Amino acid sequence: MKVKLRDIAAVIRSKNSGPYELTFDILFKDADLYEKVCRANCISADVIAGLYHISPDQVINVVHFTPAHAIKSTIIRPIASGDPGETDVYGAQQHAPLMELVVEIED
Amino acid sequence: MKKENDTAKNGKETHTDACTPSGSGKETHADACTPSDSGKDTFPDKCFRVLSPTAILGYGFPTSSFEAGMRENPHVLAVDAGSTDPGPWYLGAGASFTDRNAVKRDLEIMIPAAIEADIPVIIGSAGGSGGEPHLQWNLEIIREIASERNLSFPIAVIHAEIDQELVREAVKAGRVSPLHPAPELKPEALDATVRIVGQMGMDPFLKALDTGARVILAGRAYDPAVFAAMAVRAGFDRGLAIHMGKILECAAIASTPGSGSDCMMGWLYDNSFEVEPLNPARRCTTLSVAAHTLYEKTDPYRLPGPGGLLDLTETSFTAVNDRRVRVSGSRFVPADAYTIKLEGVRSLGFRTVSLAGVHDPIMIGQMDDILASVRERVTDNFSTRRLSYRLDFRQYGRNGVMGALEPHPEEVPHELGIVIEALADSQETANTIVSFARSTLLHFGYPGRISTAGNLAFPYSPSDFKVGEVFGFSLYHLISVDDPCELFPMEIVASGSGVHAAGRGEGVRPRADNSRMTEVNP
Repeated sequence: MKVKLRDIAAVIRSKNSGPYELTFDILFKDADLYEKVCRANCISADVIAGLYHISPDQVINVVHFTPAHAIKSTIIRPIASGDPGETDVYGAQQHAPLMELVVEIED
Repeated sequence: MKKENDTAKNGKETHTDACTPSGSGKETHADACTPSDSGKDTFPDKCFRVLSPTAILGYGFPTSSFEAGMRENPHVLAVDAGSTDPGPWYLGAGASFTDRNAVKRDLEIMIPAAIEADIPVIIGSAGGSGGEPHLQWNLEIIREIASERNLSFPIAVIHAEIDQELVREAVKAGRVSPLHPAPELKPEALDATVRIVGQMGMDPFLKALDTGARVILAGRAYDPAVFAAMAVRAGFDRGLAIHMGKILECAAIASTPGSGSDCMMGWLYDNSFEVEPLNPARRCTTLSVAAHTLYEKTDPYRLPGPGGLLDLTETSFTAVNDRRVRVSGSRFVPADAYTIKLEGVRSLGFRTVSLAGVHDPIMIGQMDDILASVRERVTDNFSTRRLSYRLDFRQYGRNGVMGALEPHPEEVPHELGIVIEALADSQETANTIVSFARSTLLHFGYPGRISTAGNLAFPYSPSDFKVGEVFGFSLYHLISVDDPCELFPMEIVASGSGVHAAGRGEGVRPRADNSRMTEVNP
């Protein structure tokens, strides 16, 4: 079935990981949904790059963290936090495109 | 400085070796933790308790939660005061991002309670950024409290601001490397840097604890260090102590519902630790605690810090009951070389901003073109003056929040927030550019305009705001050191005049109630 991440996640958030990185956390509602998303392999560096219109080499990692039923990805910030042209010093409002991401998982 | 540190280190080793059961009756009190009985064997229940009142000093906490925490007989009150999150300005300007009255309110409760309970208060990253002005700012608040409460106690002050010349020499010696993805440190970037701090690990705190100081006030510090140092000194496992510190540093944020302004308690044992919020309205679940491990981290399994890495690949989270979580398996892996993280900022110049709104659909539909024309007009108007500036327009409602990462920049909103901003080499130039851009945009005759009285809605008079000097990060690098304390000199200062509270270990009173200790033993 096709679902939006916002419908299967309990938490979707973004935040700085230091002044040069932006990190995204997706915590799924339960272990079952988390495992289905992992098996579908539908959140990759390429998917993150596509979502944010950045080149895949700007995606540092995509990590599966089972204890929190979470998938996490970190990207290189377009600019260092607070540099001229900054829009979000804390990086706390960059998560919205992930909420709308449609993934295909088992029923 | 190096020599002093060696002496201090040796002093500590001797002192630890000489650890013997202390005076009569005292050994029956698990929490009579004095410099002469800091070994783990003096903790009969093999449990070290840490109370974290708030996520950031000044964020506050309910007194009921704090009192519940004090009833758990903590061995230390620890709080982290800092972060790079609020951006580079605070480090550059030497100002705190938390309010003075709010910081004073928290310390006014914490310090007298800790003195009464005969436990130390440890504060890391004083004043938010942990530079010298931040440290002095916080020290002044502590002295003010001491004076108002008629208290006198020794304070260990650990400095974390680092001389530019020292970094320059270290760069030459190849001891400085960027923390990916920060750029290589160019000499001109270092020359332009106005303030540098180093993020101290646990070792300077171990030294400070040896002095018997009642309050330890440190400049920029690795967040978990303030929570972990005293436990590690007592012989508890470093990996578990640091991981517990990682959770406690954000206080009740790791509980559900999470809060940065409520207390959290940690119990550290031989092979595990437990955390529980002190407000009955909150609870820790395996999920809330595990989720916190992800927070603001690049890789949740490997968390680098001063002197090594916290390895969480074998960590497990289990529920003790519906409010408390036990964590085990976290390991500290020492690094080959001891490195300290450096944070530094350079001046970007002076900023002026103006805020306005637009509701005219004809204007909103061609905003990009209008702003380009205004920019051209500004450039042309001052072309003979050779002003050095950068002019930016932000469009809130289109891509103001996400900038280059915005997925839908083409969508036209019914209302638009405009920020006109100039960054220049002087405040005067920044003011000039914003003022001219604002008046030009206000009366700009764009194609099809039928609203001819003015293009902008200003919420304020005056419409322009002079921000002053602003800063950008220039250093986010690692420096390798021979001695973990060499960049962080310490001094012991008196809190001022008043009734003298002895250094810890002098005149320790038996505690009234130790019954809880056995209750928390797993």
